[in-house]
Amino acid sequence: MTPVDRDELLIKKIQSAFRHDIIETTVFRGEVTHLIQMSALRSICTFLKTDPEIKMNFISDVVGVDYNTETPRFEVVYHFYSTSKKLRIRLKVKVNDGETVPSIAGIWHGADWPEREVYDMFGIVFEGHPNLKRIYLPEDFEGFPLRKEYPVRGYKDRYNPYGVEKE
Amino acid sequence: MPDTKDNIITTQEVTLHMGPQHPSTHGVLHLILDLQGERIINAEADIGYLHRGTEKLAENLFYHQFVPYTDRLDYMCAMTNNLAYVQAVEKLLDIEITERAKYIRVIASELSRIAGHLLGVGAWAVDLGAMTILLYAIRDREIVLDIFESLCGARMTLSYLRVGGVRYDFTDKVKEACNNLLEVLPKRLDEYETILTGNRIWIQRNKGVGVISGEEAVALGLSGPSLRASGVKWDIRKDEPYLVYDRVDFDVPVGENGDCFDRYLVRMAEMRQSMRIIKQCLRDMPEGPFNVDIPQIVPPKKPDVYSNMEALIHHFKYVSTGFKVPKGEVYSAIEAPKGELGVYIVSDGSEKPYRLKLRVPSFMNLQTVNHMSKGRYLADIVAIVSSLDPVFGECDK
Repeated sequence: MTPVDRDELLIKKIQSAFRHDIIETTVFRGEVTHLIQMSALRSICTFLKTDPEIKMNFISDVVGVDYNTETPRFEVVYHFYSTSKKLRIRLKVKVNDGETVPSIAGIWHGADWPEREVYDMFGIVFEGHPNLKRIYLPEDFEGFPLRKEYPVRGYKDRYNPYGVEKE
Repeated sequence: MPDTKDNIITTQEVTLHMGPQHPSTHGVLHLILDLQGERIINAEADIGYLHRGTEKLAENLFYHQFVPYTDRLDYMCAMTNNLAYVQAVEKLLDIEITERAKYIRVIASELSRIAGHLLGVGAWAVDLGAMTILLYAIRDREIVLDIFESLCGARMTLSYLRVGGVRYDFTDKVKEACNNLLEVLPKRLDEYETILTGNRIWIQRNKGVGVISGEEAVALGLSGPSLRASGVKWDIRKDEPYLVYDRVDFDVPVGENGDCFDRYLVRMAEMRQSMRIIKQCLRDMPEGPFNVDIPQIVPPKKPDVYSNMEALIHHFKYVSTGFKVPKGEVYSAIEAPKGELGVYIVSDGSEKPYRLKLRVPSFMNLQTVNHMSKGRYLADIVAIVSSLDPVFGECDK
């Protein structure tokens, strides 16, 4: 597929279907990214999965990013792939601290664990997730380690004598 | 109802904790199994015992300092991890590596795939009681590790690839060792297949066990050989070719039934395909530099550092300040032995990644354990976990 065809599908087609929900579209190093309104997340995802020309049937990853100096503070990034059309696309939504994101685990079952990971590391709550709890860290762990203010060495406690003193 | 022995066994649901210290969970997998007699009602995987916060560490390291950390992800095939990471950084930098380095990287990662699959099949066999295969596999993996040793001095944590190329040249001695491997390994693989493929115990323990259809597997995020065993012909090396995979001739083995036995067959076939790739790359590899000619991102040769003042300054500058990477974000995926290994980097234009996310195949593949084992016997879970070949350095990051 040539870049022109790809742009036609991944940019123009999606833009025309969701004119008011796409805030920004960027292409960097050949990768298409749509920054979208959170309210439209599920409908755009359903469209991406079911549209016969795009058919994003595979979820690569769900990623959290913490821009602690900006508001809204977080970004949740979704990577999709189409095993039949060999296309990749990235969706992003901006999330405020304390705001919930609609879960897409009902659309792609594979989003279950990565969404739990984002919750575990950033504390972003996914609404409608079937089993939202910590995945890597123990249940009684305090704090969200991939937030920028969390120290690399962790906080000092009885298991971590080299950690940073908690204020 | 009276509490007779029979009815306790058949009606009471039992929760069994398998792992994290269990020899057949390939590391520190903790499975919480709800059992009805011998049948599995629900299998919940509890992971994270090996979590080291690799992504957090990456945010505090220079780009070139993170390469050794990638070795410790999937430590059974460190080359492919190196490759996924450096390729993502190179994509951000928008540089093209030299032709020779491309061939070296392909050979290195295919060797890694052979080593990884050998151990995967070996550990799987020993879990199901075929000790011989493990010993044979370790013996043959040794040949690959010896090649790595003469290539870069390390056997497991290789750190051989670096941003802009590779660390050392591919010498004739290594070439000879590779040729030796290509000669020895096919016979050895035949030997494994003689022992396993027609073996009644092996077939009964694997055939029809852990079945997953292609559609379900894709929906659950399964990738790599485990997905191809379900009949989905998706290999990143073919579909989004990187390095020189579009120039070499190889097949993508696919299974039909999506059971453990097909996953075994696909892995065995993949090793043979890897050998085909290595053979062609050894033939076609051109002479030339193995690093790009960009001094900011490639350190000087070590002997020069001791004798040349400029080289010493250059070395010092590289080590102490790293190199800047343009602002932006990229996702770069490769076909690792376990599946799609992706690296997502957000750069703010400094020397350190603002955010680095590793999309690790073992993690996503393990999601399917519950689906595959539901309604199966307890003993089948051993075959199912082995057939996914998870490595916990990678899964837990």
